[in-house]
Amino acid sequence: MSTDLVVPVTVAVITGYAFYKKTDIFSVFIQGAGKGLSSAFSILPALCFLMTAIGMLRQSGIIEMLTGFIRPFAEATGFPPEVLPLALLRPFSGSGALGYYEELCANLETGSFAEKVASVLMGGSETTFYTVAVYYGAIGIKKGRNTVPAALFADISAAVLSVFAVNLFLQK
Amino acid sequence: MSVFFFCSVIISIVFGVINGKTAEVSAAALRESAHAVELSLKLLGSLCFWSGIMEVAQKSGFTAFVEKIFRPVLAVVFPKIKNKSKAFGAISMNVAANLLGLGNAATPLGIEAMKELHKISGFSSAATKEMVCFVVMNTASLQILPTTVAALRLEHGAERPMEILPAVWFVSVCSLVLGITAAKIGFGKGEEQ
Repeated sequence: MSTDLVVPVTVAVITGYAFYKKTDIFSVFIQGAGKGLSSAFSILPALCFLMTAIGMLRQSGIIEMLTGFIRPFAEATGFPPEVLPLALLRPFSGSGALGYYEELCANLETGSFAEKVASVLMGGSETTFYTVAVYYGAIGIKKGRNTVPAALFADISAAVLSVFAVNLFLQK
Repeated sequence: MSVFFFCSVIISIVFGVINGKTAEVSAAALRESAHAVELSLKLLGSLCFWSGIMEVAQKSGFTAFVEKIFRPVLAVVFPKIKNKSKAFGAISMNVAANLLGLGNAATPLGIEAMKELHKISGFSSAATKEMVCFVVMNTASLQILPTTVAALRLEHGAERPMEILPAVWFVSVCSLVLGITAAKIGFGKGEEQ
């Protein structure tokens, strides 16, 4: 697939431009990479803290209970119930959501309404808590203010909108 | 953050007992820190590499070029820092990487942007409005081509795996706009420094 070329071409364009501008690519790269190394270490403590909290939440079965609780509302709004765990898992765990999505792909008929909603949801959202943990962890932010509510609001909107979008664009 | 941690632990214990999953919860408490190490090790290489590439882009003036492309849109989201070129440049590079679907590159570039925003805030321990907007922006998906999803759909027999594109774009853009609006409105004008 041609998308395989995105990474190498990006690297080539940036280094090519630097070469053209006569930048000392190697020593500048080493300098920047050194900064990256210290970033990686500064993330770790915050990541330990947050991933433990999120991991415990995920294992406590609260997501399954929420699924059961929200199911009637979801059915009333036309949200496919099979996709509900995916929508709830998505902000917490990237690999967990991907695993669940793969399972859905295998079990649902490709091109069915539920499969399309799941695909749109996967393509149109991100692992919220991981992003928050890494970005705030890197610079030692203690008070995230309204970040998590705002991000979760965006996640909920994405879930609701994916049903709407599939109806609008993909059902003919 | 401290409140979040405490509440998570209490909720996990309560629901773990209700659902009979105390063993899993306890295992998670012991195991997840090891996962955090795994994750930062995975990040280590790409952080080094992309931070290096970012430095090259910055020193050569490539960032300034990318910045120009995104300035019209990003100046609306980050009006306060549109004249702080280093932060603005790093944000532009992060957005560019996200659009191209370079998740591995977007994270280091985003951390770079966060560091610049942190400098501007005078190294405050509380998030600024710009940081909230930027993080929320990164929790929404900006990817133009959702390649992972398309690959899985193809594998499971979809005739046109990319047919979902218009719907994905629609969802991404709408949730992004809603998220940033929520970030801005919910920030609370009184506590701004």
